[in-house]
Amino acid sequence: MSEQNGGQTMVELRKVTKEFQKFTAVSDVSLSIRSGEFITLLGPSGCGKTTLLRMISGFEFPTRGDILLAGQNVTSVPPYRRDVNQVFQSYALFPHLTVRENIGFGLKMKKVPKSEAEERIRGAIAMVSLEGFEERKPSQLSGGQRQRVALARAIVCRPKVLLLDEPLSALDAKLRHAMQVELKRLQQKLGITFIFVTHDQEEALTMSDRIAVINKGRIEQLGDASAIYHQPKTTFVANFIGQANILEATVQARLGRTAKVALKGGLELAVRADDLSDNASSVLISIRPEKILIRKARDASVENCFEAEVAEEIFRGATDQLLLRTASGLELTAVVANESSKRDAVHRGDHVYCHLHDDDVVIVQDG
Amino acid sequence: MSPLLLWMIAFVVVPTLIMFVYSFCQRDELGQVVFSFSLDSYKRVVDPTYLKIMSKSILYAAVTTFICLLAGYPVAYWVGRAPENARNKLLTLIMIPFWTSFLIRTYAWISILKSEGPLNAALLYVRVIAAPLEIMYTPTAVIIGLVYSYLPFMILPIYGSVEKLDNALIEAAFDLGAGPVRAFSNVIVPLTKPGIVAGVMLVFIPAIGMFAITDLMGGARVPMIGNVIQNQFGQARDWPFGAALGMTVLVLFAVSFWLSMKKEPDAS
Repeated sequence: MSEQNGGQTMVELRKVTKEFQKFTAVSDVSLSIRSGEFITLLGPSGCGKTTLLRMISGFEFPTRGDILLAGQNVTSVPPYRRDVNQVFQSYALFPHLTVRENIGFGLKMKKVPKSEAEERIRGAIAMVSLEGFEERKPSQLSGGQRQRVALARAIVCRPKVLLLDEPLSALDAKLRHAMQVELKRLQQKLGITFIFVTHDQEEALTMSDRIAVINKGRIEQLGDASAIYHQPKTTFVANFIGQANILEATVQARLGRTAKVALKGGLELAVRADDLSDNASSVLISIRPEKILIRKARDASVENCFEAEVAEEIFRGATDQLLLRTASGLELTAVVANESSKRDAVHRGDHVYCHLHDDDVVIVQDG
Repeated sequence: MSPLLLWMIAFVVVPTLIMFVYSFCQRDELGQVVFSFSLDSYKRVVDPTYLKIMSKSILYAAVTTFICLLAGYPVAYWVGRAPENARNKLLTLIMIPFWTSFLIRTYAWISILKSEGPLNAALLYVRVIAAPLEIMYTPTAVIIGLVYSYLPFMILPIYGSVEKLDNALIEAAFDLGAGPVRAFSNVIVPLTKPGIVAGVMLVFIPAIGMFAITDLMGGARVPMIGNVIQNQFGQARDWPFGAALGMTVLVLFAVSFWLSMKKEPDAS
């Protein structure tokens, strides 16, 4: 893995569109992926993320647009001549071959000399901790072991880019969490560019350097996990990643980087106005439930404060989910830490003060 | 006793036992079976004349199987990879000719292949040939007839295997650097092997014993083991010898089948 391309663009999609007979799966997508980056394509099923991945691997060819791999146009190059490898959702292990033969398949196809191939297979098996399973058939392995064989089979080829198509979706929750950590560690160790496709927002937030949120064949937002979570650009992003209270508001006044908006029922909030266009009057705002700070007394250091009653309280283990209702009838969902002390806990029917920092109230596009 | 077992006893075990007993009997001058133990029939089986006919039958069956495999695999693959809703229609198209009587289909081939038939007429018309080809009553005609009759028995089991083939496995082969040819030989063929083995069995075994096609399309010039056996139970009136020939062929099948299964312990 020479680092000739360190920091350079490894994969570039230029205005890529893929149309099937009746619908457009991917629509005018442009995306630059840096060498050594862990990027996640995140979106609901049917959003086009898998089609996008399949065009990078070469299983689908774009209707329009270009795909560049390490600076070379590979738009119509077949998959077996591309320097990328994929970990399939179903793992796609060859059932008639042993673990060793599966992992060695790519090297055999590339005619790597036998001694070198054996060395690399041994290294790959060690990397995914499958020593002792070399002669087993895939049917004799557990789901997690198959997953690791699929991973080893791809990385042993030393691809420029590793494509992962929902590789963890078939694993149970515990194993999935362990594999998330393991994948991230592996990626940092190998320095290979990872393109990871998932519909699981938690997976995306945990592992990625950058996330491309995809909806209806388009990239809705591109950014690191924190930016995607804290500054969603659209209601779709706000709702798809984490929970959000989406509210209609009208702009009252602008004061430099902040603005004053009024919600239905008259409640006024100070908001960050970076993304507010000059002539906008009616906007949508997004508030994350855990950003609403619930106190029993007013705290003047926070920009926004309003009174509400706790209408519902749902126990969720580490957190409590509260439904707040203001005097004007506005309803908001809040999430608070599950307080151990009875004295601090709020309960249904309590009258509370809700505090919101202005940069936790985000103006979003309808999407 | 399970119904399957009863069925097997009634239609497989009992008839085979009858043949087994007959093969050790003798016959009188009028062709009646005489129940007295004798190995005469088996001694005649190993006569060079019959061994030659037997090996020729195996050769014809092998050629038929090979051509069926070459012609049938692409069709089976194409149908098995077609969109799901198209598959049944395509399979029906393959089966349609078999809704007509076997004899009619064979006579149809005879009329196509004969010297004055449409095939020769067409070839003469476009001047590919100067004189009509003599196809009928040659080994070529027999092979054409056999291939035509047994092709679906090759296509159907292979189709069954191809249909079950996970497309992701083919993509994985491409992904790992295998071009179409190597993806086919390294992944597709091994994974459709159960279908290939079944197809080869279903074509090869009945093709050895076939007598009607060899009679009708080969004339008397190409006698096969099937014709010889049929003749013993018909005109020759020598049931013990016919039974001995039948038992010999049966044992050959059983041994070769057993060997092919033994070599592939995990064919499933």
